[in-house]
Amino acid sequence: MIAILEFDFMRRALIAAALVGLIAPLIGVFLVQRRLALLGDGMGHVALTGVGLAFLFGTAPVPTAMAAAVVGAFLIEFIRYRSRTAGDVALALLFYGGIAGGVLFASLAPGKASSSLNAYLFGSLSTVAEGDVWALVALCLAVAAIVAVLGRELFAVSLDPDIAAVQGVRVRVMSTLMAVLAAVVVVVGMRVVGLLLVSAIMIVPVAAAQQVTRSFRATAVLAVVLGLVASVAGLVGSFYVEVPPGPTIVLFALLCFAILAVVAVPIRSRRKEAT
Amino acid sequence: MTHPHPHGAATSAADEVVGVSRLCVEFDSEHVLEDVDLSIGRGEFVALLGPNGSGKTTLVRTMLGLQTSSHGSVRLFGEPLSRFRSWQRIALVPQRLPGSTSIPVSVWETVLSGLISPRRRWRPFSRVERAAATTALTDVGLWGKRHERLDTLSGGQQRRVLIARALASGADLLVMDEPTAGIDAANLVQLTALLARLHEQGTTVIVVTHELTGISHLITRAVVLGPDRRESVVFDGPPPVPGQLLHDHVHHHDTDGDGDAPSVVGLEP
Repeated sequence: MIAILEFDFMRRALIAAALVGLIAPLIGVFLVQRRLALLGDGMGHVALTGVGLAFLFGTAPVPTAMAAAVVGAFLIEFIRYRSRTAGDVALALLFYGGIAGGVLFASLAPGKASSSLNAYLFGSLSTVAEGDVWALVALCLAVAAIVAVLGRELFAVSLDPDIAAVQGVRVRVMSTLMAVLAAVVVVVGMRVVGLLLVSAIMIVPVAAAQQVTRSFRATAVLAVVLGLVASVAGLVGSFYVEVPPGPTIVLFALLCFAILAVVAVPIRSRRKEAT
Repeated sequence: MTHPHPHGAATSAADEVVGVSRLCVEFDSEHVLEDVDLSIGRGEFVALLGPNGSGKTTLVRTMLGLQTSSHGSVRLFGEPLSRFRSWQRIALVPQRLPGSTSIPVSVWETVLSGLISPRRRWRPFSRVERAAATTALTDVGLWGKRHERLDTLSGGQQRRVLIARALASGADLLVMDEPTAGIDAANLVQLTALLARLHEQGTTVIVVTHELTGISHLITRAVVLGPDRRESVVFDGPPPVPGQLLHDHVHHHDTDGDGDAPSVVGLEP
C-alpha cells in the first residue's frame, strides 16, 4: 500500500477514487428511491459524447463531458415531464444516442483518439491529471453542500412527488437537480471508474446497504462507507493485477452486496423475533 | 387546531378553506370535469364520492395544484392557488408511499418528512417539531414501531403512519385518498376514532372514497360526482339523516365486477 503512494499518478487516482466512492452513493440513494437506478447510466453514455467532442475539437475532456452530461440531465427531465409514461424510453434514447455520438466523434478525431476512448469507458489509473484533482474536489464539495442543504427536499420528492408538492417543495426543480447531480457524479467518476461502469458505484453500494438497514439515513451512511471501501480496494487491486480500475471497483462493490446478502439473513430473523 | 367547529354552517368567505369556481379540467381535449363550483368551509368533513372515472381524484389534484385546469379558479384559504404559499396548512394523506419500497424508510423518518418545507431549509428540525412528530406518532398508537421499516408494517398501520405524518405538520386541512380501503376491522376502529377527534378539534377533512364503511357517521357533507361530464356534481349537501346517510341514498354496486370496493354510481330518485 505504501509502495503505491510513491507514484504521483496513483496518489491522484486514489484521491479521485475516494471522492467518487463518497459522493456516488450519496446521490444514488435518491435515484434508487425514485426508481431511477439507470439514470446514471444514461448520463454516462451522454458524457461519452462529450468525451468524443473533446477529442474532435481538442478541448479538455472533463469540462466538455460535464457540459454534455448536464445538457443530458435537462433533456431527460424535459422528456420525462413532457411524456408522462416514457421515462424508460427517454433513458433508452440517451443510452443509444450517447454511445453512438461518443464513438462517432472519437473516430472522426485526428490521431489515435478512438483507442484512448477505452480509458474513458472502463477507467484508467493514469488519466487523472494534476488539474483534475482540484476540479474533482471542488465538484464533490459542491455536491455535498447541495445535499446538505436540499437533501430533505430531495428525500420528500423521492418518497412521493405529490405529497412533496403539497408541502410546497418545487418538485420539478428538485427532479432536475437530481439529474444534474447524477451528471456531476458521472463526470467525477469518469476518470477512474469509467463511463460505462460509473453508475454502478452509485447504485450497487445502495443496493448492498439496504439489505441490512431500516432507515433512509442508515442506508445512505452505510452506502457511502461501502462505496469508499469498494473504490479504494478496487483501485489498489487494479494496480497489482494490472487491469483497468473500473471493473475491479465494481466487483468489490458486488462483493459487498454478496457479503451483506448473507449477513442480512440472521439480522432479519433476529429482528423478527424481537417484535 | 384551535378553530371553532361550525356545525353545518354555510361557508362564508372568511371561513372558506377550499373554493372552486367554474372549474373545468381536460385531458387530451376530453372533459374530465366541467363547471364545478364548490366551497368547503372550516371544520367540514366532506366525502367526495363518485364512480371510477367521475373525476373525484382529478378534482382533488386540481384543488391542490397537482393538476392544471383548463378553465376556472381555485382558492385555498381565501387566496388564489397561484399565490398560495401556506402549504404547511394542508396535508395530503396518500394510500401508500411509492418511494418506501425501494429503500428502507423508517416510520420515524416518514412522520418527520411531514415537516419538510422549503421555508426551513437551512435549519435542522427543532425540539418543538420533534415533539409534534412524537405526539402524532403516539396518537396513532405506533410510537413503539418508530424504528421499523415502513414497508414491514401492515397496510392499516402504514395508513396510520401517513396520518401521523399529516398531524405532525400541524395542517388544518387534511385531504385523504381512500383512507379506509384495504384496512382490517381493528385498524378501522382506531382510524375512525382518530378522525373523529381531529374533526372535533376543528380540522377540515376531505375524503375521496368509494366506501363509507366506518366513517359515514363522521361525514357532515357529501359531494357526489356523476359519470356525466356535462354535469359533474350530481349531489352536494349535508347527509339527509345524520349518522346513517348515504347508504339509503346512494346506490352501490360493483360496476367492474372485480370484487373491489363498491362504486357509488349516483343518487336514487
